[in-house]
Order: sequence, then structure tokens, then C-alpha cells
Amino acid sequence: MHRLQWEEAQHKNVILYPEGMVELNHSSAEILKLCDGTRTLGQIVSDLEQIFATAGLADDITAFLEVALKNGWIQQN
Amino acid sequence: MAGSNKINITPPRWLLAELTYACPLQCPYCANPIDYAKHQSELDTEDWKRVLTQARKMGAVQLGFSGGEPLTRKDLPELVKHARGLGYYSNLITSGYGLTEEKIVQLKDAGLDHIQVSIQASTQELNDHLAGTESFQHKKEVAHLVKKHGYPMVLCVVIHRENIHQMPQILEMAEELGADYLELANTQYYGWAHINRDLLLPTKEQFEQAEQIAQAFKEKVAGKMKIYYVVPDFYEDRPKACMNGWGTTFLTIAPDGAALPCHSARELPGLDCPNVKDYSIEQIWNESKAFNFFRGFEWMKEPCRSCDEKEKDFGGCRCQAYLLSGDMYAADPVCSKSPNHHVIQEAIDSAKASALAENEKPLIFRNSKNSRLLS
Repeated sequence: MHRLQWEEAQHKNVILYPEGMVELNHSSAEILKLCDGTRTLGQIVSDLEQIFATAGLADDITAFLEVALKNGWIQQN
Repeated sequence: MAGSNKINITPPRWLLAELTYACPLQCPYCANPIDYAKHQSELDTEDWKRVLTQARKMGAVQLGFSGGEPLTRKDLPELVKHARGLGYYSNLITSGYGLTEEKIVQLKDAGLDHIQVSIQASTQELNDHLAGTESFQHKKEVAHLVKKHGYPMVLCVVIHRENIHQMPQILEMAEELGADYLELANTQYYGWAHINRDLLLPTKEQFEQAEQIAQAFKEKVAGKMKIYYVVPDFYEDRPKACMNGWGTTFLTIAPDGAALPCHSARELPGLDCPNVKDYSIEQIWNESKAFNFFRGFEWMKEPCRSCDEKEKDFGGCRCQAYLLSGDMYAADPVCSKSPNHHVIQEAIDSAKASALAENEKPLIFRNSKNSRLLS
């Protein structure tokens, strides 16, 4: 129902859905790209901490995923 | 030209492709222009493909295939496929009339993202009366098929005095049909709805009651069904930010190729809307008189010009200003600051008087015969 795609004209990732579009910043897009149905929350956090070469991202990522879940951008298995 | 070249022009994001004015339905609040029968010619497949390609290149990403009834175009699957290849998120805005399971599958394979089915009321009798065509049962079947084949199901019900009392049943129907999105669109009074306004405009009490019911339902289905509620601006005291600002976001292409900053813009005098047969989308969007006409704030009169809310609502809707005050540069009369605001109360009073009259005049249905008579 929702589609995540790169928009060249906007230089942004966006989520597309009926009657709407959400523009994502870089970190939000990186989080959502890892929500592929195979990774656990723990794996997503550690993968992102590796990508951004930092630690302590768990709270921020969890908060964002809660928003994403509430908006239907992702589903919980 | 009212606009100025110094204005920062943002690229289009939404493209509404009105493929045809042909429609088997006759809804008396249709958004098509009254004189649509005069505009018989239609772009061919190659024209549409070029339009889609050019608009996409500029940044348009949300695409609505609309009409009339877009299913009457035989090349719809081909256009859907072209759109998907370009990366559009595409939507078929349909009455459901003529939509078969085979076609639903074919369009899915072509890459259609979602289907918006309109239903006119919660009962067969009223639906078929308003549509001017026997269509209720088929629409419900279509809604089921849309779900069955994995599309997000968007149900659209236009709300007005003839069906506003059915709000609880309409919501029940949406739930029963498994709608993922429900658009409750209070009628906007342009085109056919404008000439039928006395018969369509609900009273404030009716509207408030319906809104309350819809609001409670929205909370009940939160997380399961998303509700888009289009407010009836006659009962607001500030105008809507029409089209998110003129020439900022929305691009409509009419069946004959006329490029419009909004789907009602054809009704405005002296705009000289350009045609995609003569110009590229980029030329039209950036350079045409029509698209620059109401960009920015220079065109505004008082009270808009010095208003601290002008960046929020852009003075409201130009088509509504023109229809209700005869001046397309005026503030939208919906605004309580407008010197023409009294026309809104007069419209409300007139509709109420019509509802109470012993012999209420009949609705004027949207069809080619009436279109020719009225234009």
C-alpha cells in the first residue's frame, strides 16, 4: 500500500500512498530501507549504528519506527 | 499577466489526467465544466504518454487517471504501464461502471497502484437516482474485487443534502466493504454542483451532526481505516488553501489537452489555458500566462494583500471568488473578512428556502444534453 522510492527531482526518498506523500530525511529513509521483513529490531539498530559509525541509536530508531507503524508505513510481524 | 517572473516556481507534484469527459453516470455535482460537451476532442495515446513523461521529468509523482469515466478509454492499461515505468504512484478514479475482474487484474499487471471507487449513497435507490444510472450493486462488487486483488481500496462518497442523513449507513458500508481509505467529500460548489446548489447544500445543523458522527467513527477505526474529510467551506470562516497555492503543486490536463492550474480553471475568463499539443509541460508550467496568473501575492486585492494569513490560504479559491463575486481577483467570499462574505449566508438561506418549498425544483443532471442547453 505504501511505496518507498527515491525522487530524483526532489533529491529525497519519499513514501507514496493513496492521496499522499511523505518526504523523508536521510536517516528516516535509511531506517525504513532496513525494514525488509527479515531483520529484527536489534539487527536494524546494529546495522544502522555501523552505517552511521555511532552508538546509542536504539531509542531514536524505536521512536521513529513507532511513528512508521502508526502511519502504516511498516507492519509488525 | 498578474504574476511576476521573480517568483520562485516549485515543480508540479500531482498530475490529474482527465482522460475523457465521457461518463455513463450523470451525477448532479460533477466537477467537470458545465460546457464539457463543447470540448469533444481527446488527446491520443502518444500525446498522453508524452505528457506523462514530461511531467514526471519535472517531478510529478502522484498521478490520478480521471475523467469523466477513465475506463471508457481503451488505452488505459497502456497508459498505466507507461506511468509505472516512469515511477508514478498512480490512481484510477472511477465510478466502477464497466470495471470487470479481468480489467482489475489487467490494470494491476500494468502497474496501477490504487483504485478509488465512488459510491453515491448507502442505498441502491438513492445511489442510482443520483448517478442517473443503475449502478449500486455493481459498485459494491467492484469494491470487493479491488480488495480481493490486493489494491488499497479507496472509497469516495460525495456528501450533500440528498445523502447527508445517511452518514451512519455510509460509514457502516465503508467498513463492510473493507475500505482502507474513505474520502468523505463535502460537495464543493463548482460546475454542476454550483447550478444545483439550492438542492445540494445542507443546513449547518445537518452538516454539524454528520461531522460529529464522522469524527466519532474516525476515532473508532483509527489504525484500520484512514478518513479524508473534505470540509464544506461554506460553513468555515476562512477559505481553503486551494490547490496548495496556484501553480505550486497541482497540474490538471483536460481531455482535449488544455493544461489547467486546477480542474475548474476553465471557467475563469481570460486565462488562455495552454494546450499540451502546442507546448511542453515545462513551458506550460514555467512560462505560460495561465500558470503564472495567480502565483505569489502581487495579484491580490484588499483585504488579502495586507492580510497576515495570505501565506496560509493564498486568498482562497480563485474559481469560487469568480463564481460568487464575479471578480476572480477578490478574496474568496468564504472568508469572513471578504466584503462579499454575505453571499455565503444568502446561498445558505436560499438552499434552506428551497428545501422547505412545496415544489422543490428538480436536480439538473450532468449529461451532454444539459451541457449543450446550459452553455
